Amino acid sequence: MSEKKSWEDLELAIELPPATSLGYKTGGWRIVRPVWNAAECIHCMICVAYCPDMAIPAEKSEEGTVGKGGRVFKGAVRRETNFDYCKGCGICAHECPTKCLSMIREEEAEQAACKVPGEV
Amino acid sequence: MGVKKAITGAQAAAEAMRQINPDVVVAYPITPQTPIVEHFATYVANGIVDTEMVPVESEHSAMSAAVGAEAAGARAMSATSSQGLALMWEIVAATPGLRLPIVMPLVNRTISAPLNIHGDHSDVMGVTTLGWIQIFSENAQEVYENLLLAIRVAEDERIQLPAMVNQDGFITSHAIEPVEIYDDDKVRAFVGTRSMERGLLNVAHPRTIGAMALPDYLLEVKRAQEEAMSRVFEVYHSVAKELSAITGHEHPLFEAYRLDDAEAAVVVLNSAAGTAKVAVDAMRDRGMRVGLLKPILFRPFPYAEIRDALKNVSAIGVLDRSMDFGAYAPVYSELRNSLFELDKRPKLQSYVFGLGGRDILRGDIEVVFDELLSGSLDPERQRYIGLRG
Repeated sequence: MSEKKSWEDLELAIELPPATSLGYKTGGWRIVRPVWNAAECIHCMICVAYCPDMAIPAEKSEEGTVGKGGRVFKGAVRRETNFDYCKGCGICAHECPTKCLSMIREEEAEQAACKVPGEV
Repeated sequence: MGVKKAITGAQAAAEAMRQINPDVVVAYPITPQTPIVEHFATYVANGIVDTEMVPVESEHSAMSAAVGAEAAGARAMSATSSQGLALMWEIVAATPGLRLPIVMPLVNRTISAPLNIHGDHSDVMGVTTLGWIQIFSENAQEVYENLLLAIRVAEDERIQLPAMVNQDGFITSHAIEPVEIYDDDKVRAFVGTRSMERGLLNVAHPRTIGAMALPDYLLEVKRAQEEAMSRVFEVYHSVAKELSAITGHEHPLFEAYRLDDAEAAVVVLNSAAGTAKVAVDAMRDRGMRVGLLKPILFRPFPYAEIRDALKNVSAIGVLDRSMDFGAYAPVYSELRNSLFELDKRPKLQSYVFGLGGRDILRGDIEVVFDELLSGSLDPERQRYIGLRG
């Protein structure tokens, strides 16, 4: 909604198109973020089901993806958290049976992102 | 032709609901509304209507469920009184903003405290600013007809606002009167079914309703809501014309009773208007030129039309069955507002009567007329009918 509408142009009861919350990115609320260690993930989908913001994408993969113990997981696999919507509630990390998700403070994540590759 | 039945105002409301055949009725019992939903529940139990009846644990839930059903696209109704209306207030306030045309019979009862189960208008006068269409009924016949009228006005695509149809607790709701119930087929053809156009279950047109509106949009939303309210008059008139074809009489915004050459008039809502008519007739028989104006459509308030109807009356007594503490009583306030635009304004007097269900008798109204005709009025100070001390 870039151009603001006049009252005459409003739909009844400010009716809006569906799925407008997609345009409202709540990731900015985050104080801590989940860090996903894909090498420990068993793609059990528990985090996907528990995420209250549907911020963990899952997809069907025929070729599979490498997870815990070097095993290739096929079928439903999770992908990296969508940080546009993840509010950092930590439910995924709490529920994860293999503890492949850990919560770190946002500023630590930002500092980590600023580091020159290879620097300790 | 319809059939004449000896029924109460509550049953008359239930009869209207039977013919309206709502998809969903959600209610919680409260005196004196309870018989409406009791009678309607027997229609549901006997398979006379197709309604999904939802018993809930409170009025707050009742109106919440009605809002949910109406948003989904159903025709939803509830019914309440007094404390019940107070408990559902939060959702009552949200309904017009969501533009959901829920129609609800309201059986007027005193709002606590002190606790009192009898009829006055302190319940409805607490919600007249919320954006519901408000219609008042003198007797059981009017309750029945006003409900039929209300459903068409509320659901009209130009309006899409909720409506309450008021009747006096016990005096109307529990007293048996002859009521003509019109032919089911004719009434059902008049009432029709609610359009699914705006229903959330209309999956061909998904939409979001009830979105937040921040300071950049709320004013525009409310201005649009006011526009819908202002269109109620024209829709009311056209729906009333259609309804007249069934009822055989007019359905005006207000009733002007022997007002044409009146020197003095009283203005009063609901059942007391019936008493006032008897007083008017008695005084007319004694040669006094008096009349009555009974508002029917109270929200939106027909300021211009009422001003025009009263412009030649010299003295007007406005009888309020509720108070607005520290301010002019609600109906009196509207009348003052309405008449302010006249160059030659009538003399006015505010009267408070009938609180907590106290009777008002023909003689009380004749005393009002005597005062109006004597000219000893004080428009700044309200008088109390039947007050001891």
